[in-house]
Amino acid sequence: MINGWELVIGIEIHAQVKSKSKLFSSSSTEFGSGPNSQVSLVDAAMPGMLPVINKFCVEQAVRSGIGLNAKINNKSIFDRKNYFYQDLPQGYQISQFKDPIVGNGFIEIVSEGQSKKIGIERLHLEQDAGKSLHDQDPNLTFVDLNRSGIALMEIVSMPDMKSPDEAVEYVKKVRSILRYLDTCDGNMEQGSLRADVNVSVNKPGDDLGTRCEIKNLNSFKYIHSAIIYEAKRQIKLIESGENIIQETRLYNIDSGETRSMRSKEDAHDYRYFPDPDLLPLILEDDWVKKIRSSIPELPDQKKERFIREYSLSEYDSSVIVSDKSTSDYYEKVVKDRNPKLVTTWVTSELFSVLNKKNLSIDESPISPNHLGELIDNIDSGKISSRQAKDIFEEMCETGESANNIINEKGLSQISDEGELEKLVDNVISSNPENVEKYKNGKDKLFGFFVGEAMKLSKGKANPKVLNELLKSKLNT
Amino acid sequence: MKRNLNFIEASSLLEANETTSVELTKIYLDNIKEAEELNCFNTITAEHALDDAEKSDQRRQQGKLKSQFDGIPIGVKDLFCTKNIKTTASSKILSNFVPSYESAVTQKCIDAGLISLGKLNCDEFAMGSTNKTSYYGPVTNPWKSNKSDAKLVPGGSSGGSAAAVAADLCIASLGTDTGGSIRQPASFTGTVGLKPTYGRVSRWGIIAFASSLDQAGPITKTVEDAAALFEIIAGHDPKDSTSSIKENESFFDNLNSSVKGMKIGIPKEFKSDDLPASTQKAWDDCKKLLQNNGAELIDISLPHTMDALPTYYIIAPAEASSNLARYDGVKYGIREEGENLIEMYEKTRSVGFGDEVKRRILIGTYVLSSGYYDAYYIKAQKIRSLIKNDFNQAFEKVDAILTPSTPSTAFEIENEPNDPVQTYLNDIFTVPINLAGIPAISIPFANDENNLPIGLQLITNSFEEQKLLNIAKNVQDTANYESVPKNWWQK
Repeated sequence: MINGWELVIGIEIHAQVKSKSKLFSSSSTEFGSGPNSQVSLVDAAMPGMLPVINKFCVEQAVRSGIGLNAKINNKSIFDRKNYFYQDLPQGYQISQFKDPIVGNGFIEIVSEGQSKKIGIERLHLEQDAGKSLHDQDPNLTFVDLNRSGIALMEIVSMPDMKSPDEAVEYVKKVRSILRYLDTCDGNMEQGSLRADVNVSVNKPGDDLGTRCEIKNLNSFKYIHSAIIYEAKRQIKLIESGENIIQETRLYNIDSGETRSMRSKEDAHDYRYFPDPDLLPLILEDDWVKKIRSSIPELPDQKKERFIREYSLSEYDSSVIVSDKSTSDYYEKVVKDRNPKLVTTWVTSELFSVLNKKNLSIDESPISPNHLGELIDNIDSGKISSRQAKDIFEEMCETGESANNIINEKGLSQISDEGELEKLVDNVISSNPENVEKYKNGKDKLFGFFVGEAMKLSKGKANPKVLNELLKSKLNT
Repeated sequence: MKRNLNFIEASSLLEANETTSVELTKIYLDNIKEAEELNCFNTITAEHALDDAEKSDQRRQQGKLKSQFDGIPIGVKDLFCTKNIKTTASSKILSNFVPSYESAVTQKCIDAGLISLGKLNCDEFAMGSTNKTSYYGPVTNPWKSNKSDAKLVPGGSSGGSAAAVAADLCIASLGTDTGGSIRQPASFTGTVGLKPTYGRVSRWGIIAFASSLDQAGPITKTVEDAAALFEIIAGHDPKDSTSSIKENESFFDNLNSSVKGMKIGIPKEFKSDDLPASTQKAWDDCKKLLQNNGAELIDISLPHTMDALPTYYIIAPAEASSNLARYDGVKYGIREEGENLIEMYEKTRSVGFGDEVKRRILIGTYVLSSGYYDAYYIKAQKIRSLIKNDFNQAFEKVDAILTPSTPSTAFEIENEPNDPVQTYLNDIFTVPINLAGIPAISIPFANDENNLPIGLQLITNSFEEQKLLNIAKNVQDTANYESVPKNWWQK
């Protein structure tokens, strides 16, 4: 709700299928190769060339559909979407129009602490276009066809989202599911996942307003701010008595504004018709069943399991499972270890370092094994939490293992009672006055004795054992 | 050497060492040179052909023949992409296009040791039935009326392919058939033209006109030759998703000419008072011939025959409008510079395409437009399935269907009607076959009162080419049509 206006948001996600080769050709899909180095005769639409469907891309789409709790259509049809553009070599994009490979489904997001279902209308397979490079020459546009023919999944939501937060949660959740399924790498900066967002506003109880579509948003931040800007723009227009024109808009990341790209009247007539070069795509039940049985644990299931098995809080569990790599990391560390300790170290210490250094969990300077080793040392009492933080910092800097650092610096904690008793005796005999005061009721001095003993141990005394020893000696 | 060698004769001569591939190739290159006036070839690849012929002769000496037809010179419609050899589709827009790849069909011919003499003229992008839409000018039919000296059309779109075989400029040729483009010119030139079942022959590397209808096939001097060349080019191709997985058969070895006990359907919808008397007579004579040879004639009905032409002229242009979108001046072919992208597109396509191609792109774009799609394209698809259904029902009762190939014999180049729909009527007997995806063959049967060849069309159910060829051979052997055009073009 903004100023008494309701928002209605629907999202189309374009997710690049994780596949070594393209949707209808065997060219490589690797990112960042030299211009036009990954272009087959089919991708360049040479005369007489024909598309042949890549079975693996179909499998990835089916897997994604299953992850989105959606209906898998045994028969789907590839259509041609006809339009002219320099980076569209065929003069048409092969897509799916009336009969997509995946039908209705849903996912669950958390909104204002509550679980909420967001409907999925469909998922279909289509080819990506090439890339136009306008900045290489003042008079010419260059075309790079490396992307031409790469498989995309277009995932269309129902208009079920009511706020920018929900929209972002939805995209995050879809991205997370696709990454769990390994069907899309979800890399938004490289454009592997981008969103077109439809926004309209209306007064509660009124009919839906006219929607505008904001194209090609490739970060959660942009999705969020583009929706807010667009909703406010629409509200302002309506409140000043003007009408919303249904149109496609672009978001300017520098100004944070959206501007009109084309109106509905200017929209292309794509002249969709079934591609006569391709037969209808027929999926055998057994094949789909086989894929279904190979679906890994997805974020929602994992979240429940983590809560159950590791007694995580709802919040910690959602944070950890939201990203597959993070949950993998967590599970590697938590195996046969104290879950509470592991959760604390992962969610506070590790996350704060990653945040500070702007690193993903895959780029973590500390491996799950090394973090586990550190936690083992804490749990066994070999080192104190205080020491552990220092060691952790050093691990971040050097990449060394916890054990190596502890051994090198002689940092292991003194827990041996005999050794600590000597220290304690030493402190008591050197401070008779304070002992006297303590015994007369000045309890606060206990800290002084701990401090002195720590100093003598060069900080290595096990605080728990030390405390107990001091208490028993001073109280007799 | 005997004029007008066919495939089988040529391979026997080669086998008996009575000639060499180089000698044959030279003879045919000479024939081509003499027949420049017919304008059959867009590109003659003489050096290439002689080089290949020499290699074939070496293989023969070493006993390493690629096939029993190794060394036989053929011609290739300029719609098949040929590696390092200009491939134009007889269009200005591709007038400078040299593919870096070899079409699946021509590759199979190379693998069988056939020698390509060059690229044959055709209607632009295979759109036409006169060969007059070619950017390189019309092909002249080697046949002339005995009553006039006027030049006649060879039919189209494979006009060059048919005329070249009829004029003995090659032993056989490759054509493509989208609505009759092999059978109609075969009929006009007294040659044999086979349109195989859709999916029998790979479309990979053939410049597309209408993908759901296009099919490559042979144009030859005899039915045996058609069987031989068809066998060479047929077979599954994983690079063509619409290619059938049906195994290839030995069409040539399995050829026999028995029609005993076969049921031949005569569709009443093909009868017409407009049919020339000589064509009607040829049709009737053939019926009698088949009957005499032991076949049974059965009257059948193909109720949607008259809907085929309008259906075809919606589906084919619709697919073509999309297939030809890639010729935009960006990647290959000619480009006319403009102030901006749109202007470049407009200029390139205005200059690059001829009138007939533009007409069909316009029709196709129109019938696919939102608001018209259901009324035209969807309706046409529905009628297409009714037409297919007509044939399915007919083939429950009969083995094959016999019809004329064309409603007339070859007409004058200068005498084409101004209304394109009149020209489209040339395809009236051939388009239903493409819409149904079934095989058909046109064979020469007799000459009309002007001494011009009349072709008859035999049709069978999908993948029954063997039966089709067998019946055709029976007709050929009994009718004993041996007429060839007078070689008036030789100086």
